[in-house]
Amino acid sequence: MSSLAVRKASAAAGTTPGTAQGPPLRRRIAFVPTVTLLIGAIYCLLPVAWVVIAATKSGSELFSTFTFLPGTGFTDNVTDLNAYRDGVYWKWMGNSALYAGLGALLSTVVSAFSGYALAIYRFRGRETIFNILMAGVLMPPVILAIPQYLLMAKADLTDSYASVLLPLVLSPYGVYLARIYAAAAVPGDVVEAGRMDGASELRIFTRIALPMMVPGLVTVFLFQFVAVWNNFLLPYIMLSDDEKFPITLGLFTLLEQGSNTPALYTLVITGALLAVIPLIALFLVIQRFWSLDLLSGAVKS
Amino acid sequence: MTSARRKSYGVKGAPYAFLLPATILFALFFALPIGYAVWLSLHKVQVKGLGLGAGAREEVWAGLENYTDSLTDSQLLDGAVRVLGYGAIVVPVMLGLALLFALMLDTDRVRLAPVTRLAIFLPYAIPGVVAAMLWGFLYLPDVSPFYFVLDKLGMPQPDLLDGGPLYLALSNIAVWGGTGFNMIVIYTALQSIPAEVYEAAKLDGATPLQIAVRIKIPMVAPSLVLTFFFSIIATLQVFSEPTTLKPLTNSVSTTWSPLMKVYQDAFRKGDIHSAAATAVIIAVVTLVLSFGFLRAANSRNKQEAAQ
Repeated sequence: MSSLAVRKASAAAGTTPGTAQGPPLRRRIAFVPTVTLLIGAIYCLLPVAWVVIAATKSGSELFSTFTFLPGTGFTDNVTDLNAYRDGVYWKWMGNSALYAGLGALLSTVVSAFSGYALAIYRFRGRETIFNILMAGVLMPPVILAIPQYLLMAKADLTDSYASVLLPLVLSPYGVYLARIYAAAAVPGDVVEAGRMDGASELRIFTRIALPMMVPGLVTVFLFQFVAVWNNFLLPYIMLSDDEKFPITLGLFTLLEQGSNTPALYTLVITGALLAVIPLIALFLVIQRFWSLDLLSGAVKS
Repeated sequence: MTSARRKSYGVKGAPYAFLLPATILFALFFALPIGYAVWLSLHKVQVKGLGLGAGAREEVWAGLENYTDSLTDSQLLDGAVRVLGYGAIVVPVMLGLALLFALMLDTDRVRLAPVTRLAIFLPYAIPGVVAAMLWGFLYLPDVSPFYFVLDKLGMPQPDLLDGGPLYLALSNIAVWGGTGFNMIVIYTALQSIPAEVYEAAKLDGATPLQIAVRIKIPMVAPSLVLTFFFSIIATLQVFSEPTTLKPLTNSVSTTWSPLMKVYQDAFRKGDIHSAAATAVIIAVVTLVLSFGFLRAANSRNKQEAAQ
């Protein structure tokens, strides 16, 4: 509404030469949208800004000084975090990197094979297989988690790295995205030409199609990396040995203990900050590569 | 031709071979667990004699007993009511904000769009558990800047971690975490609307607001349906946020949401059979609600297309 008012006002100014009230129409800022977005950005950055400040405070400063005033305890906090249970915190970070990195990589490979097959070949049962895989998207993790735990227990695999890694390798959403990318990026003629040259199907896929699918597969990898890194329910159910915890579960147990020992709060806060840094860094790097067109193409169809 | 024969021969098995890893994983980690959950939900443990020794505990057919128990369990029903109240706040507010920000990003002459877009999308990179922790501390009177300001102004300080405000506190975490992702989905759909559509509307004298309401929102309706769909699913399964807030307040019970109740039954009480029944009920409700929603949205789209 008010951007309309701005436009009218400048249009009026334009009709009365000599009373230049502002820059030409095209340079005017759309005031309401800009301010709305700024408020949204502040809202979204507020907790991050808070944790950055809070991590600099010593335990006593945390409860006594104004929250947005930096403290003096950052290096002490990091030292304490390092020392906590012989550096188990870094173990958790490493575990998260392992779960998310390896999990996303395996998931992307499986998605690439399946998506390519579903997009390029015409074969009996194609739509049935696709629909059954897609039904997995709608399956609530909880209906899977209990029986997954019990089945893992029968296979003597609970409380192992595999119990958190394996159930996440097949991502129905990843298969879905990979199918769309393969259909969009790999022309049928190229596959046909490869066959004429006598290449095997596997060779056509790995040498010709896969490179064409890489930009889309980067998106699949990132989606899955973030999904695994942020996962809580599965490790919460599967793991009891905290040496195997991912960072989310590790911080949660630290917070739980903190409710009895408030001194641990500074550790939780510093730990939360350090846990967020790698993902924010990754996020800032990838958002340049993140192909939004592909994302929307995937989402719209 | 030989090449043609070789082609039809080599191609036939390839898609099945390529789909083999996904199929095996699906069978092991989706189909088998679902089947096992249903099997568990239809059985119960019967103790023979004194319940000592091997074979004293036997799993016997229970029919729908676990289901009737679950459906009449007041803890589960209370949890369902809580989550519906929570969802009634989260879904409209989150998608409303996502749509608003997407439309603002798509406005002519808007400044700082790339920076603000990135900032609003940023919470997507932060795990729900960590987000709940950060907000949890911001809700704690002793460390929160909000309470500090209220205190300086001499205003009353609400307890954000109890009663009605607790719903707002929890909803806020979900809204904060989910708005940016949904905004990007809607914004990308907006970007793909051809410019000619706007040109025509502008020539007809439409205002930016009219263009937004009459043209942009209807054209991104499919994205809105999709974001709605995923938001409902995510809301019904809320688990990590209330679980994370639990250490900070006594008002979040161990059965606050239906999923927490399932966890409690299965792993604290050890009653996996009734937990499985509850899980199946949650799954069915999720599927019915989301498909019902999709059908309603589809039929409305068709009606509009027919007009």
